[in-house]
Amino acid sequence: MSKHRGDLAIQASGLIKTFGKTKAVRGIDLEVPAGTVYGVLGPNGAGKTTAVRMLATLLRPDGGEATVFGHDIVREADAVRGKVSLTGQYASIDEDLTGTENLVLLGRLLGHRKPGARKRAAELLEAFGLTEAADRQVKNYSGGMRRRIDIAASIIKTPELLFLDEPTTGLDPRSRNQVWDIVRIIVAQGTTVLLTTQYLDEADQLASRIAVIDQGRVIADGTPGELKSSVGAGSVHVRLRDAAQRPEAERVLVRTLGTDVTLEPEPVALTARISGEESGRGAAEQASRALHELAAAGITVDDFSLGQPSLDEVFLALTDHTANPTDEEVAA
Amino acid sequence: MTTATPEKETAPSVAYVPTAEGLGAVLASGEQPPRPSAWSASVTFGWRAMLKIKHVPDQLFDVTAFPIMMTLMFTYLFGGALAGSTGEYLQFLLPGILVMSIVMITMYTGVGVNTDIEKGVFDRFRTLPIWRPSALVGALLGDVCRYLIGSTVILTLGLILGFRPEGGLTGVLLGVALLVAFSFAFSWIWTMFGLFLKSEKSVMGVSMLVLFPMTFLSNVFVNPETMPGWLQAFVDVNPIAHLVAAVRSLMAGTPDGGEILWTLISGGVILAIFGTLTMRLYNRK
Repeated sequence: MSKHRGDLAIQASGLIKTFGKTKAVRGIDLEVPAGTVYGVLGPNGAGKTTAVRMLATLLRPDGGEATVFGHDIVREADAVRGKVSLTGQYASIDEDLTGTENLVLLGRLLGHRKPGARKRAAELLEAFGLTEAADRQVKNYSGGMRRRIDIAASIIKTPELLFLDEPTTGLDPRSRNQVWDIVRIIVAQGTTVLLTTQYLDEADQLASRIAVIDQGRVIADGTPGELKSSVGAGSVHVRLRDAAQRPEAERVLVRTLGTDVTLEPEPVALTARISGEESGRGAAEQASRALHELAAAGITVDDFSLGQPSLDEVFLALTDHTANPTDEEVAA
Repeated sequence: MTTATPEKETAPSVAYVPTAEGLGAVLASGEQPPRPSAWSASVTFGWRAMLKIKHVPDQLFDVTAFPIMMTLMFTYLFGGALAGSTGEYLQFLLPGILVMSIVMITMYTGVGVNTDIEKGVFDRFRTLPIWRPSALVGALLGDVCRYLIGSTVILTLGLILGFRPEGGLTGVLLGVALLVAFSFAFSWIWTMFGLFLKSEKSVMGVSMLVLFPMTFLSNVFVNPETMPGWLQAFVDVNPIAHLVAAVRSLMAGTPDGGEILWTLISGGVILAIFGTLTMRLYNRK
């Protein structure tokens, strides 16, 4: 790992947090390069939020240490607070106040005088498409609007590091896409984003590096591509002209690729995994060999596609701890 | 820009498309102004409390209806029996019932802190680079306004019912000032409970457990000389009793320096102990 401290937004080693008997975080190491979106992916209760709360100076770690842009999160908490913003999992704004009031309040707390805070609030409401809702209480906002005002509140002062804790949980697809667009624009302007999510799709869409967390530990990290290739090179999806030829096609694919073949619900479709370690051959090469064999066997292929493995597959492969469910599954 | 973005459709939420120009511009201009002072941050949080009263006016019920009920109930319940007439009794009771009502209202501070934390707003406040106690100090400044409203309500009702303070306006104002200052200090007990107890209900429960004996086992209703010795001993050290005596003396125009000093010292001690404990919890939470 590179040790250019200046290039790292977050450097954490061995972070531990225990609540009573529950070990929420049991030793997390992270290196987040500045200027990127870093995804922290994990199921509910994996320790994502606890980890973020420690890094954002809301919780004191019980062990390990971490720095944010070189500042220790415990000893230099105030310096860290000057550089970060947090958009929590639950709306971290005052629902009883209006959109404008919330932003003016936070603007003043960040040191703006009243006219400056008002001007800033108006600019932000405009940029987030909330001008018409400016004078409504936030509790009357829709889920997507709430998220937007929450993110707007986080960039009153442009932060160097923005924590987004499950920013799209519970949002409809349109609002989710809006949040994704916002995140992309924020990163393009130079802010580092640490994003937690339980959606693999989201991490894949936004993050340039991902840490997969389960049961309070990082179980894998890398680029989305690296994580995918650690499970396999991908899969080849085939559609036949004639459903009657499917059993024969399945036999051919198993023989040539030597991996599992899944029969899709659609009677003419089947999917075959391509193994990553297959004697140095690339996925495309293996797929073309499979197609060639199918043609040779007299099977007509109408359509085919070569897909990378989804992060879902990666995740299930990495977190497959059904074999030892003895560990504290009780802890919510 | 002449790009054909379909804006301004009927539903505003449908039309919103984040643009690199719009968002980028606000991001680029988000420079850091100088940090606010401790006082300025606290006052801003006080402003938040005022806004909350504006949007949720029901919370003023506690500082209006409750004191009115207390004053009427106890004046007419005990007046005849204890002082021969309600008019006589009111001269003695009103400063006491004023103290009792306002001190009881302080428990809503703890409830407020507790609900605020539940909702996650405090997470954002706690990640701001500001003077740490300002969120709580500001909330208490807002509560001071509520105490002033409550005091005004009770005094107005008292005047209507026949309360005639010998100390005049000055005496009354000084009495209220002492009461509000003490209540501000006393409220830190509840911010502490608000931070470490799990639910709003348990905060209420604990508050009642402390407030009922502290306010009733005092000189609010009767002269402690009629009480058994062990109870008198409790009343003697009860800071609420000293507060009542001090406020009573100010409003009667015969300020009792000893009681006033006792009240100020006990308020200071409460603030030092519970303020410290509160901030420790606030930082560790």
